[in-house]
Amino acid sequence: MTKEYDVIIIGGGATGAGVARDCALRGIKPLLVERFDIATGATGRNHGLLHSGARYAVNDHESAEECIRENMILRRIASHCVDETGGLFISLPEDGLEFQKKFIESCLSAGIYAEAIDPKEALLLEPSANPALIGAVKVPDGSVDPFRLTTANIIDAKLHGAEVLTYHEVEELIMEQGRVVGVKVLDRKSGERKEIRSRIVVNAGGIWGHNIAKKAGVTINMLPAKGSLLIFGHRVNNVVLNRCRKPADADILVPGDTISLIGTTSSKVLFDEVDNMYVTADEVDLLLREGAMLAPSLLHTRILRAYAGVRPLVASDDDPSGRSVSRGIVVLDHATRDGVEGFITITGGKLMTYRLMGEWTTDLICKKLAVDAKCTTAERPLPGSSPQKREQTSRKIHAVPTMQRESSLYRHGDMAERVETSTSAKRSLVCECEEVSVGEVEYAINALEVNNLVDLRRRTRVGMGTCQGELCACRAAGLMAEHGKYCTRRAKQDLASFLNERWKGMAPVAWGDTLRESEFTMWLYDGVCGLTTKKEEEK
Amino acid sequence: MIVKENSKNNFEQCIKCTVCTVYCPVAAVNPLYPGPKQAGPDGERLRLKRPEFYDEALKYCLNCKRCEVACPSNVRIGDIIQTARINHSKSKPGLREFTLANTDLVGSVATLAAPVVNATVGLKPVKAIMDKVVGIDHRRIFPKYSQGTFEGWMRKQRKAQSTFEKQVAYFHGCYVNYNNPPLGQAFVRVMNALGYGVQLLDKEKCCGVALISNGFIKQARRQAEVNVRSIRTAVLEKQLPVLATSSTCTFTLRDEYPHLLGVDNHDVRDEVELAVRYIYRLVQQGAKLPFKADAPKIRVAYHTPCHMEKLGWSSYSIELLKMIPSVEVTVLNSQCCGIAGTYGFKKENYETSQAIGEGLFRQIEASGCDYVVTDCETCKWQIEMSTSKRVLHPLEVLAQAL
Repeated sequence: MTKEYDVIIIGGGATGAGVARDCALRGIKPLLVERFDIATGATGRNHGLLHSGARYAVNDHESAEECIRENMILRRIASHCVDETGGLFISLPEDGLEFQKKFIESCLSAGIYAEAIDPKEALLLEPSANPALIGAVKVPDGSVDPFRLTTANIIDAKLHGAEVLTYHEVEELIMEQGRVVGVKVLDRKSGERKEIRSRIVVNAGGIWGHNIAKKAGVTINMLPAKGSLLIFGHRVNNVVLNRCRKPADADILVPGDTISLIGTTSSKVLFDEVDNMYVTADEVDLLLREGAMLAPSLLHTRILRAYAGVRPLVASDDDPSGRSVSRGIVVLDHATRDGVEGFITITGGKLMTYRLMGEWTTDLICKKLAVDAKCTTAERPLPGSSPQKREQTSRKIHAVPTMQRESSLYRHGDMAERVETSTSAKRSLVCECEEVSVGEVEYAINALEVNNLVDLRRRTRVGMGTCQGELCACRAAGLMAEHGKYCTRRAKQDLASFLNERWKGMAPVAWGDTLRESEFTMWLYDGVCGLTTKKEEEK
Repeated sequence: MIVKENSKNNFEQCIKCTVCTVYCPVAAVNPLYPGPKQAGPDGERLRLKRPEFYDEALKYCLNCKRCEVACPSNVRIGDIIQTARINHSKSKPGLREFTLANTDLVGSVATLAAPVVNATVGLKPVKAIMDKVVGIDHRRIFPKYSQGTFEGWMRKQRKAQSTFEKQVAYFHGCYVNYNNPPLGQAFVRVMNALGYGVQLLDKEKCCGVALISNGFIKQARRQAEVNVRSIRTAVLEKQLPVLATSSTCTFTLRDEYPHLLGVDNHDVRDEVELAVRYIYRLVQQGAKLPFKADAPKIRVAYHTPCHMEKLGWSSYSIELLKMIPSVEVTVLNSQCCGIAGTYGFKKENYETSQAIGEGLFRQIEASGCDYVVTDCETCKWQIEMSTSKRVLHPLEVLAQAL
């Protein structure tokens, strides 16, 4: 059976989810296809910084303006994904105060509230900041959880008629008479192949969009730029810290949920490397050295893991670092650009502007489909972000122990009411570091399209705490099996691949307590539980 | 590499082995308590994110520090929990907390009219009122106040004590002063028998342990500063070791001051110790204890108080007891008796308190001992109330045998 959709969106990052939601809200029937899980690409591999735009103010006025507008919108529509921490741009003696003046002027002209404050006041506001600072500017930075943001967009899109296929990889675009009319997908779980047709196909594949465009014979000159980050074990800072100077490596420290993140580096990589990013020792060294300039205590804070993402930048010149390239949004109508009808590419931009990217893309889709509907995504709160409902939910789950209740509300906003808390069995913890209960895991398994433990982690933070899966992975795998997600053999495989994925992030920073803890995890799973996949492979 | 060794965030050393929760006496009996791992290192991480993550259930922590003894990673779990309570708890101490915490004030008033007070607090209607109005459980038996304080007795002893060439300073604590001067007197007898005179500190205040656990932090800090000043005078000026007979007072003076109250004592900490440890060392160095030949034979069972376990010093008491020819010693399993100072007096904790101690009480009854011996006064109250045995301090047993 072939079903016809109005739009097929390729890519389950924030952008794809944003396009899907906008389409669905405007009465266009979209299908979103993603080769892995949602937010597996650049969406889930960045700072999670709710940019005020200040960072771009001096060099990229347009991006800065976009940022501050979207910043204010996200605080409203995605309140449960946003932490309104505020931000500081600090000047160190070696930076001087020269840049600060220009910086504040540029911020103000882009509509970004920026106020120079006394260094002493800055240290009171953020005690972890480098005490040597000679100046500080307050800006409305914050943090945003990309997994939650993408999930909330998907939930709302589906609520309004969108369909979503994760673990479906687009192998080919179906072309008829110079027109893209659908996609041939591989179901990665069943191995089945099928054709799905639509009136328009949107390429929201991030850096992978380069290859998707090729399938339509279209060339987009993308520039994969790798950015590496380090995650610290707990919140070192509660206010976003930036260096007040020309943007450079490792000069943003973001408090994200229970942890802090320092990043990023920037280096050019090849297209055949983008599926397998490793953080090098040199990058770790650089991140720590520069990070300590922002907050000296980073040098003796436990590092949980390191990871890297690839920015989907569209090259406008041949800058090798990828830094001076515009972070602006690029919507390509391939009909006018390349003579290929029914095909749109949305790229460039950043997590901050995912909604605006969705809006522009959907505007173009509407034009092509002759649909007359206005964008409402800037006004309609995402599911979970209604302040009144949050208050009701909080009261409803009042009997749940404080840490669990607050964690659940923090992660799911008013949707926390969907988490079963009525019995002590449902309230017992799966993940102790992040306070994820059995009820919450079951909610994710049943309602949020979870196929494996890594997917579950993106929905709930299971395994994202300091133990990195030591205590929770086996419990979660047990629940997955109990709910028919897989058999015992697959559960073991999934457990092993989850722990290996955790180890991949720990390996570049495996010293001190991080190493001790991973050794302990190995004892438990390999030594005590006998979890090894090697023997099975040999058989 | 540029990375430094130690973080000020001690909780980062936790590798989630959860052995602390296994050893927690409260977690085993009270499901409302999240256990030391959750309340300590795990919770601390969340509280660093937002103070709203503070859970008032942390009040169920006994501060027994058995979690810290169990921890293989040196995480100061008990300190983390107590510090969180100090920084975040919204429950304000009331009349009950004031009465229980101000051992000095209450003691000095009560000793003036000891017979009346002792008789009154034992009356059923009084107990009912204290239960309903104040929140002190009616099943709890109060320690008796003595007529006259230990300090009063010591003033009369000053001349006699000064005749000894070798001297020690004594931190007697509120219990010896107001409830049990005979224990202090036993200590003086033993020290005199070893050739040491005993003198008091210039000024002694309650160590403050009850103030800390009841939320009177500022007052605890003030008293700690007074005590540390007096201890400094004794140790640094008079070159005297400071000995105590209460394991909890000793532990508080040595460790809770710097860890919970931020009162620095590093220059004198090592000179503050339990009398049993000091005496054991003297005997090891050749001092002779003149035991009576005709002392009646008794069987005692030694109970290790939690803070004794934390200090790691119970073997000094046990070994001293073993030296007494007329005494046969058995050692009870090291487990919490459940009282934890003022904790067990509170109505909401009574059931937990008794449930924690249950195993210990059973073991005591089955041991066939004549007396239970322990270094902690509140363990004494709990065991005397909950079993058929009388409880003595090691130094009382020692003094009786001299």
